[in-house]
Amino acid sequence: MSTLHTVNKSPFDGTSLSSALGLALPGDAVLLIEDGVVGARKGSSAAKAIEASLASCKVYVLGPDVAARGMKAEDLVSGVESVDYAGFVDLAANHARTQSWL
Amino acid sequence: MSDAKKFLYLNRKAPYGTIYALESLEVVLIGAAFEQQVSLAFVDDGVYQLMAGQNTKGSGFKNFSNTYKALGDYDVRNLYVEKESLDERGLSVDDLMPITHDTDDEEDLPSIMVVSRAEMAKVMSEQDVVLSF
Amino acid sequence: MGYHFNGQDIAHDEEGYLTDLSQWNADLALLIAKDENVAMTDEHWEVVNFLREYYDEYQIAPAIRVLTKALAKKMGPEKSSNKYLYELFPYGPAKQACKIAGLPKPTGCV
Repeated sequence: MSTLHTVNKSPFDGTSLSSALGLALPGDAVLLIEDGVVGARKGSSAAKAIEASLASCKVYVLGPDVAARGMKAEDLVSGVESVDYAGFVDLAANHARTQSWL
Repeated sequence: MSDAKKFLYLNRKAPYGTIYALESLEVVLIGAAFEQQVSLAFVDDGVYQLMAGQNTKGSGFKNFSNTYKALGDYDVRNLYVEKESLDERGLSVDDLMPITHDTDDEEDLPSIMVVSRAEMAKVMSEQDVVLSF
Repeated sequence: MGYHFNGQDIAHDEEGYLTDLSQWNADLALLIAKDENVAMTDEHWEVVNFLREYYDEYQIAPAIRVLTKALAKKMGPEKSSNKYLYELFPYGPAKQACKIAGLPKPTGCV
């Protein structure tokens, strides 16, 4: 029944992340991809919102997009899980629907 | 109709600045021919798509705002608008176009429903497919 | 590509739909109809005028399903059936009547 929310925009470039987190229901998953991954950086101004969501949702980042932006696993908000492309596919397959926050 | 899927078109961009709003509307009109259960959601700047009094004469864009009023003819009867998005932008439902639809029994029923963020989340979770624009 | 009309070339697309809607008038409609092998009667004009009014209000040419429903509401069941409309416009009422009305091809028309 749950939804996979994908966010591909930086939280510094619009409302995609805040809207996704605001409209995700408990049990949903949020996957940050492309520029969306910058929101998961520890100490960023988006980190608090991510931490709050982790209480009721899973939050993932696409590892290759994190690496491409010069970030490492230890730079991420703790509790955020990194997945590869196969993991992305698994997430999409394991949720009832995927919602893209463009 | 029993195996018709529930489609929600999620609109988050103001009209004219990008092509998203017009593209969404065209896809809705084409998709509505396939007799699915179609609803529209307006969140963030997407609420601007429904503003009354859009005047594009000076900017030269095609004004497609009146096309939303034809959605009822295409059996698209539910336009959900998030209240928080209106509030953040200093807007209220009175700033939006009146959009109505007919059913077999009644005419001119309002199509726009202002819902809270929590209600919008529930609407989204009840869909088979969400298409984002 | 264009219709030769009153010593002018009126541009149309590869399927014969007018490029500039504002160039339409009733005489040009007769010329387009002749190209389509449609002899315009009052019944044809009712549909063409209805399409123009619909476009004026909503900025779209309606899909056939919407056209029949809206016509039924305005003119009654006998003047809105698929059979009636296909007798008037054998190659498809939405397609052919829209072309004669100077409108774009209906959205969602397949």
